Amino acid sequence: MSSDLEVRLAQAAPIPLDVAFTCPAGEMLALVGPSGSGKTTILRAVAGLQRADTGHVACAGRVLFDDVHGIDLAPQARRVGLVFQDYALFPHLTALDNVRVALQGMPGEEREARARGWLARTRMAGLEGRRPDQLSGGEQQRVALARALARDPAMLLLDEPFSAVDQVTRHRLRLEFADLARSLEIPIVLVTHDLDEASMLADRICVLHRGRTLQHGPPGEVLAHPVSAEVARLIDTRNIHEAVVAGHDADGGWTELAWGARVLRAGHAPWLLIGEAVAWCVTPTNVLLIPDRARREDGENGFDTTVVGLLVGGALSQAVLRCRGGQGDLLHMTLPTRVARRHELAVGRELRVSLPREAIHLMPPRAQRTRGEERAVPPAAT
Amino acid sequence: MDWLAFRVSLQLATATTLILLVFAVWLARLLAWRRFPGRSLVEGVVALPLVLPPTVLGYYLLVAFSRDSLLGRLYETATGTTLAFTFGGLLLASLVYSLPFAVQPLLRAFESVPSRLREAAWCSGLSGWQTFWRVELPLAWPGLLSAAVLTFAHTLGEFGVVLMVGGNIPGETRTLAISIYDRTQAFDDAAAGTMSLVLLGFALATVSVVYAVERRRRTPKAPGRLA
Repeated sequence: MSSDLEVRLAQAAPIPLDVAFTCPAGEMLALVGPSGSGKTTILRAVAGLQRADTGHVACAGRVLFDDVHGIDLAPQARRVGLVFQDYALFPHLTALDNVRVALQGMPGEEREARARGWLARTRMAGLEGRRPDQLSGGEQQRVALARALARDPAMLLLDEPFSAVDQVTRHRLRLEFADLARSLEIPIVLVTHDLDEASMLADRICVLHRGRTLQHGPPGEVLAHPVSAEVARLIDTRNIHEAVVAGHDADGGWTELAWGARVLRAGHAPWLLIGEAVAWCVTPTNVLLIPDRARREDGENGFDTTVVGLLVGGALSQAVLRCRGGQGDLLHMTLPTRVARRHELAVGRELRVSLPREAIHLMPPRAQRTRGEERAVPPAAT
Repeated sequence: MDWLAFRVSLQLATATTLILLVFAVWLARLLAWRRFPGRSLVEGVVALPLVLPPTVLGYYLLVAFSRDSLLGRLYETATGTTLAFTFGGLLLASLVYSLPFAVQPLLRAFESVPSRLREAAWCSGLSGWQTFWRVELPLAWPGLLSAAVLTFAHTLGEFGVVLMVGGNIPGETRTLAISIYDRTQAFDDAAAGTMSLVLLGFALATVSVVYAVERRRRTPKAPGRLA
């Protein structure tokens, strides 16, 4: 019997939805997307708090919702652990009672022991007697997590669980949660709008927009190879540009693109037609700085640029570069701060950069997304 | 002091409060969380006794209690007595007349319970009934207390409807408020004064309790700690 979570949901209103995904037991799936993309609606429909028009939700071999067979279990019967965005702790109950209340039907002593056990696992030992208004945001989140897990749920659902706390607490909670999640053998679905969070915690991510799944895969894969310019923009890929396929060279292993007046070589993509419009992107860490002393022909896809913006951080710095010639396209570059210092990066400085061929990812352009989706992406990547 | 009238008043106020609270909790939850056609009409009907002259309400209640009406006939078949000028009729009239005083504080109280808390309770495995006892009622109890106190006090002090529907039958429908009127008409100032003082003291005490409860609900119980 599978303990996977299978979800297929569709509805027309109030938020249009047409999604399908699975989440195996022991894995964490992150639903990412902008506000209004339907993330929370999906979570609520899985938990039984609202009903989609059509679909099928099953977990651990048990059907929770199926419109065809007229199955729609109540939230109580779904065995779902849900952590709400603002935690939704019962304000009149202590931390211990908040967890204990979720253990209805269990003998008193066992309830107490189990509730204390889960509070200890979420590092809340010693604070059991406090009410939610006497707890910090981070502590409230831990109680909410303990309450969700105490019932031994068949799945754990989390709705933006780290958004209501400050940066430092968020970092600590994520580390603790990642640790806890590894020990859980149930499907975990995390809703977040924070892509960093999704890629840090989740085994797979599902990019949603307007209630539709745009891409589904391991975070590294989705980040490096967004299937469309739309996905690339949603996951905040900064260097997205449009170009036209100019030629192929199978021996050289490249496909040549006309990027405005410039020529760019990408990895060989023979499925693209010459003259076809494509979008391409490169992650800011793959925009490489060519030292001044190097020869001009050093580095692949070398471009002369001018630094027009610079943010120097502790470990990493970000530079915005304007390419010379053409329409003055911008490139975003992320580089170690010590490298930026060594090369005396400053606004106005001229800089030669290189874009390695293998780092250039090709996608269908936005206007042709539906037509070109299958063709402009290598078959292996879809 | 008319102790018989005092007893009738207490019996009427207690029975009205107990019956009305159960009904008002049901109705207030319905109005707070459900969206249904005709919701505004129901709210309007609940608030009507606040703006309607007691004599108008009393007149319609008398019409409804008469032997020609369905309600009057049903009651007479079941109990053998009529509704008009009996304690039963008086109780029914009080239930209608005090309805807004029970429903409105409860409606505000249930509206202030976030729906997420109820959903969290359901996801924690609590049935609808358990959610009501463990989450909704503990959070809405100041509203319940306000409703109980206001209903009790309002029933104790009602006059117009009681006179129209119940008349002035000692031990049956003569309440303290009617007795005060009766004593004043008879120039028995001492008795009227004593009974008026009792009602005044009670009204002041109950309204003060309601304000104190409301304040306690609005004031945070303990300062929150920072992370």
